[in-house]
Amino acid sequence: MADLVTPWPWALVIAQGFLCAALAPWLVGWVRLIKARLQNRRGPSVWQAYRDLYKLFAKEARVAHTASPLFRLAPYLVFAATWLAAAIVPLVVVNLPTAAIADMIVLVGLLALARVFLALAGMDVGTAFGGQGASREMLIAALAEPALLVAIFTLAMTAHSTNLASVIDYQLAADIIVRPSFLFALGGLLLLAIAETGRIPVDNPSTHLELTMVHEAMILEYSGRHLALMEWAAQIKLLLYGALIANLFVPWGIATDLSVTGLTLGLVAIVVKLALLGAALAIAETVLAKMRLFRVPDYLNLALLLALLGLLIHVILEVGT
Amino acid sequence: MTALLTVLLAPLAGAVALALLRAPQAAGWLNIATSAVSFGASAVLAWQIAGTDEIIGFGLRVDAFNVYLVVLTTFVGLTTAVFSRPYMLHVCAQGRVGPGRLRLYHAMYQVFLFTMLLALTTDNLGVLWVAVEGATLATVLLVSLYRTPEAIEAAWKYFILCGVGIALALFGTVLVYYTAQHVLADPTAGLTWSALLTVADRLHPDVMALAFVFLLVGYGTKVGLVPMHQWLPDAHSEGPTPVSAVLSGLLLNVALYAVVRLKMLVDGSLAATDNPHLAGQLLMGFGLVSFLVAVLFLHRQRDIKRLFSYSSIEHMGLMTFAFGVGGPLATFGALLHMLVHSLTKSAIFITVGHATHLAGTQSIDHIRGLIRTQPAIGWSLLIGVAAIAGFPPFGIFTSEFLLLTATMQAQPWFAGVLLTGLAIAFAGLFRHLHPMVYGPAPEGQHRVPANMLPVVIHLGLVLWLGLAIPDFLARWLDQAATLITGVPLL
Amino acid sequence: MLAQVPILQQWLLLLAAFVLFSSFVLLAQARLVSAIHAFAWQGGLVAAVTLVVALAEQSSHLYFSALLTLVLKALLIPWMLHRLTRRLRIERETESLRRPALAIMAAVALVIFSYWLVLPMVEQDLTFTRNLVAISLAVVLIGLLMMVLRQQAVAQVLGFMSIENGLFLAAVSATGGMPLIVELGVAFDVLVAMVLFGIFFFQIRDSIDSLDVDRLNRLTETPEEGP
Repeated sequence: MADLVTPWPWALVIAQGFLCAALAPWLVGWVRLIKARLQNRRGPSVWQAYRDLYKLFAKEARVAHTASPLFRLAPYLVFAATWLAAAIVPLVVVNLPTAAIADMIVLVGLLALARVFLALAGMDVGTAFGGQGASREMLIAALAEPALLVAIFTLAMTAHSTNLASVIDYQLAADIIVRPSFLFALGGLLLLAIAETGRIPVDNPSTHLELTMVHEAMILEYSGRHLALMEWAAQIKLLLYGALIANLFVPWGIATDLSVTGLTLGLVAIVVKLALLGAALAIAETVLAKMRLFRVPDYLNLALLLALLGLLIHVILEVGT
Repeated sequence: MTALLTVLLAPLAGAVALALLRAPQAAGWLNIATSAVSFGASAVLAWQIAGTDEIIGFGLRVDAFNVYLVVLTTFVGLTTAVFSRPYMLHVCAQGRVGPGRLRLYHAMYQVFLFTMLLALTTDNLGVLWVAVEGATLATVLLVSLYRTPEAIEAAWKYFILCGVGIALALFGTVLVYYTAQHVLADPTAGLTWSALLTVADRLHPDVMALAFVFLLVGYGTKVGLVPMHQWLPDAHSEGPTPVSAVLSGLLLNVALYAVVRLKMLVDGSLAATDNPHLAGQLLMGFGLVSFLVAVLFLHRQRDIKRLFSYSSIEHMGLMTFAFGVGGPLATFGALLHMLVHSLTKSAIFITVGHATHLAGTQSIDHIRGLIRTQPAIGWSLLIGVAAIAGFPPFGIFTSEFLLLTATMQAQPWFAGVLLTGLAIAFAGLFRHLHPMVYGPAPEGQHRVPANMLPVVIHLGLVLWLGLAIPDFLARWLDQAATLITGVPLL
Repeated sequence: MLAQVPILQQWLLLLAAFVLFSSFVLLAQARLVSAIHAFAWQGGLVAAVTLVVALAEQSSHLYFSALLTLVLKALLIPWMLHRLTRRLRIERETESLRRPALAIMAAVALVIFSYWLVLPMVEQDLTFTRNLVAISLAVVLIGLLMMVLRQQAVAQVLGFMSIENGLFLAAVSATGGMPLIVELGVAFDVLVAMVLFGIFFFQIRDSIDSLDVDRLNRLTETPEEGP
């Protein structure tokens, strides 16, 4: 572990963190572009998301006069927690120093922290929409988080560790074999990722329809740099889930050492994987219709079922064979 | 061998012929003729067995245990066919069933007999399963023959419950086959009962215990053990009376036979473990619960056929308990009880069929004064119920006496429970019986054409068995008990 | 040949897992036609399991049973059910469970229960076989649960048939298939049962004007006296 204290890996940690933040708007832009093409529109350029963020940062932040200090603080906390969570997930290279201190449970905890502040901020101003969005968000969270943990446990039980880097190492070391439990966990995680990042069919990020919106309702009162931070945090969350799914289930290509070729390869691999996942998401969003909120518990129950089945099948079928 | 094949093939050929025959009058006679051929062949078979112990071939196996059930099945099949010919013509004349459905009835009657004879004689546990399931399939259409909403409900319940139960039995069979694969030199023989018996002590005890639970629940559903008995009163009360007679008299026996055969394997497998009597204990538990529940339910019945179907559950519970107690005496008693219960219960159902035609209803409250209107029916019912309640000098008294003696030896406490139960059952039966048989006859109640010959023969046999069990039968049952328990009684 | 077996076993596990999943889909599926499709998929998966076992053991009679299962469980019975629902005009019928989440959790509990139940088999043999027996027992029990929870006659029949699928899976995976005569007998029984179920659907509809078997409740322990 001697090399962990050398400055070079730490520099990489920071670089990876910034890469996360920098790639996040690109991923959102990419999804929008593919979606537009699928709908026979030309669509905005991939870089439009960056321009939007830049525009928002440049604008003045207005705050409602009923708002408490929490309202001002929340965007920073939400952004920081989400960013930290994203920095934990191995993106380009595995076995960074952060891997030793952060595992899956911490990841889930950080995301929960961000969500709590997001919901509190939504309720803070006291508008109807904010409260409504917060309550819906909590409904989804209450159902999604157990499922997320169960799905993660499936992986953790296979790799005998809740450490993300260890799981990826285990996956890389094992032969390519068919693991039914992983398939079910993957299915569960995909459904959860869609619910957690507020995509169709659970939420629609591009409308402000009071009947259906969840995430947009909570940040309705924000403007300027506060809104920019909130939006950016949401984009990072999408990237986080993408990277998590891509690197946990298809880790091949990720850098295992700190050589330049390895890192370059890792960067290319993750960009390709994210691009593919983003395209798949765009296709799914085009094909599927937004479901009614009352149906969301059914949807999340399906995710929980898949995750549970993954766990059971791991115990029944895979232990000992 | 020829006799054995005749026993099996006569009903099958009869079923095909009856399915094609369009004359209802002739169908009844053909039904009787087929059953008679089968019965004759089974008598020859029994005579052969007396000389050679067992006959094996074509995947079939006949020994002392099943040959007496084969004879019983063909005999009750014959007498019920004799009863059903005029009875079904009468039903047909009433317009409750058309000629088409009558044809279905006759064909399915023979298919049912075939499946039961196959279940009794086969040496293969898989074929046993197929045959018992086949018996369900054959009778389910018979139960819904009248197409009343109640009949359809009863048939659906019967179909679903027995279908599911029997599915669990198949799972148990698969488990047996699975564990046999590791023991037998020829793994494809893993379902052959006689091959399994020779290696029973090497079958994996845990797997066999698990398998037996599934098999007991599965075949126990067909035996009518509580709590899987729900189908039985419905199916008996809504089906045509001849079907009730063969269901109660034969099908329950066949299912119990399957359970006992499998218990023999499990006992062999568990002999060396901590709990060698697990199968027996399970049987005792299920049997006792069925017995007690049925005894209490006897009091609450308002439908005469339901009343006697609960009595069937009671007696099946008693036999299951006795097989569970084990030992040559209890087993001998249980075997005898199977025989006399079949004879008595089918006689009772035949009488009840006439009584319901006489009164025009199955409601106990509306059947009155049988003995005044038609003494033959009234007396038959009275004697039949006296026999089934365990009065001396009928055969059921003998077998119950043997059962109680054996229980007293093995489990004295249970003997008291059994005696109390029998007393309650007696009260339950007679409290309903008395007004039906005596009581004033309602206005305008007429005599009906009744064929009491089968009843007389059955009850006569039961009386004979009560007075003196013939030597050949005693040896026969003793052989069977020896086969099951390994210890001779006589 | 031996080198291939582990790969085949992996496929076997995967297919078994999907059979279990299809059981859950069948349990929770509200639309009748979709449930029939789920059942057909389950039959196809069981046939695929049989085929894989046949490949692994090079057993010619298993090839035959794979074909038999495919034709019977994946094609013939779903087709019959489809035709029946069309003729009964209930293709569009839906019936959601009263508490779907609870039903699913009960089914999960059944999976765990069946695993616990077959644990004794671990001493005797490959854990591999025990695993598949646990899965098939779970399929059987979930089919049972479905028959308990569903009121619709066709859905109950689907539960019944999925029990048969579970039994067949057990026979194939644990023992390499029952003797041919038994398998044919079972298949014949299943087919006859299906035909009888079809007849019963019409009888039930004629008698209570619906296929909701909860309304078959005329027979009780002490029927009330008629007027």
